[in-house]
Amino acid sequence: MDAAVAVRGLTKRYGELVAVAGVDFDVTAGEVFGFLGPNGAGKSTTIKMLCTLVEPTAGSATVAGFDVVRERDHVRRHIGLVFQDPTLDQYLTADQNLQMHAELYGLPRAALRPRMTQVLEMVGLEERRSALVSTYSGGMKRRLEIARGLLHAPRVLFLDEPTVGLDPQTRSSIWRYINELRQREDITIFLTTHYMDEAEYCDRIAIMDHGNIVVMDTPEALKASVGKDRVQITTADDEAATMALEHRFDLKATIAEGQLTFAVPAGEAFVPRLFAELGVPIKSVSVSRPSLDDVFMSYTGTTIRDAEAANSNQWMRMVANRVPR
Amino acid sequence: MATTLEQPLPQLAAPPPTLGLRHDIRAVRVVWQREMIRFTRDRLRIVTALIQPVLFLFVLGTGLSTITAGTTQNLNLRTFMYPGALSMAVLFTAMFSAGSIVWDREFGFLREMLVAPVSRWAIVLGKCFGGATTATAQGVIILAMAGIVGVPYSATLFLTVFGELLLLAFTLTAFGIMTAARITQFQAFMALNQMLLMPLFFLSGALFPLGNLPAWLQVLTRINPLTYAVDPVRRAVFAHLHAPPAVVHRLNPGVTWGSWRVPTGVEILIVAAMGVAMLAIGIWEFRKAE
Repeated sequence: MDAAVAVRGLTKRYGELVAVAGVDFDVTAGEVFGFLGPNGAGKSTTIKMLCTLVEPTAGSATVAGFDVVRERDHVRRHIGLVFQDPTLDQYLTADQNLQMHAELYGLPRAALRPRMTQVLEMVGLEERRSALVSTYSGGMKRRLEIARGLLHAPRVLFLDEPTVGLDPQTRSSIWRYINELRQREDITIFLTTHYMDEAEYCDRIAIMDHGNIVVMDTPEALKASVGKDRVQITTADDEAATMALEHRFDLKATIAEGQLTFAVPAGEAFVPRLFAELGVPIKSVSVSRPSLDDVFMSYTGTTIRDAEAANSNQWMRMVANRVPR
Repeated sequence: MATTLEQPLPQLAAPPPTLGLRHDIRAVRVVWQREMIRFTRDRLRIVTALIQPVLFLFVLGTGLSTITAGTTQNLNLRTFMYPGALSMAVLFTAMFSAGSIVWDREFGFLREMLVAPVSRWAIVLGKCFGGATTATAQGVIILAMAGIVGVPYSATLFLTVFGELLLLAFTLTAFGIMTAARITQFQAFMALNQMLLMPLFFLSGALFPLGNLPAWLQVLTRINPLTYAVDPVRRAVFAHLHAPPAVVHRLNPGVTWGSWRVPTGVEILIVAAMGVAMLAIGIWEFRKAE
């Protein structure tokens, strides 16, 4: 099957700032593909280029088989978009918002009513369809945006931070819709997130940092590539335990929040040895598989939070430099 | 709900290979329709937009007529100011309607329109028609008050003025959209409006006749595009009045370039040409932005 999205050397520069530094990747049709990275990593700029909202400085991309620069309207006709900021008309009803969308996308009117009902049912807004959008909660608005993004049967659905700013319950319901969608429809889903736990739902993820794709694979493969499990213990004497870990097992441990943390391959198998040989009484132990946080850490050398802080500093400097003196 | 979730969504017929002009015209209409829905839903706005012209016409017009009564004989000052009030209703509503494009930008809906597979001109034209319709509707409410200010109800007068107001509303909305194209905050647009509206209105001949003015005012009124929209309305109204020729000559001197009185046809052409030019600039600006 053809790639739903094919990107070659895609680059975007704003003056001296390189937002996206020549990325290459393919997204297979039917996949849920996630872009993971801190704010300012270039995720949104990449998605905007794929959605024809920003023109690339260099490189090329096709979406649903159409070139994003030369066949802009065709790309637009075949993609659905849900942005992080709301783009609904609050003074219209849900129905009117959908009708407006149908007209702008040139949908045949005969098939419209059942299609509208179905997308509204899918996100559980069928009963509120005649209410003004201004009376909706934040979660309902986001669900309506997803329904609207699906109305014209797009081949690729782009979701830019679809759950940002929503409460945990609404976040999980949005993920439920995305999963159902993937099972029932012939659709490719391309999303960005900076929530590590959400990236787990994707078939494949690409980690972006400083405008580059650092690594791209399935969440499982990425976690496996980090290899080691994380072991956390509390002991009667942390100092002694740290020394013992270093001398007997050749392990570097860090002390934080009253816990010793270190990484070993095959953590569960290591625990019996630890009890037998450490020589310091152990009060508790926990072993966890590597998370995507660890993956991000191991590929970028920083946590996603620190990376965001650094990026925002970089932006602050840029802004500061632009102030005329 | 559980049952419907198991069925796949119905696939729509394959979209046409090229969307083309018919699709763009559909987009113009839906953008216009949206303006209509919002206009009819916002009753308060309809009322508030009437306050200013009604104040000028009945309060200022009546108040000042105590000074001018001796010189205008049986013609009331309100009658003279009536074309001005009509233009004012259109002016304020058209600019406000054009401002909704800034509002749409600020609240995100503009993006929904800009990412759709439609031409930018279709969106701008739809907005422009929407603003022209709402502004003309406001004008019509003032038009219905003709009898109160001593202007006879006449079908030809009504139709002539209606057409002229429609053209004026279109041009002013195009002007508003042109200025709104780059503005991202509604506050900023309102501030710009405050700066532009009153000078445009004061220098248009809506409040005083344009004959016998000092040279500087003569020049300023002649370069104001609104002047060429107010004058045809006044001519139409005066054509239906029965007043002494001397009074008519003084109150309705028309717009003159040197000693040449600019004919109505030329005035209308000026307003139409300005409208088309500003609409083109507005579309061009929206093509460049984003």
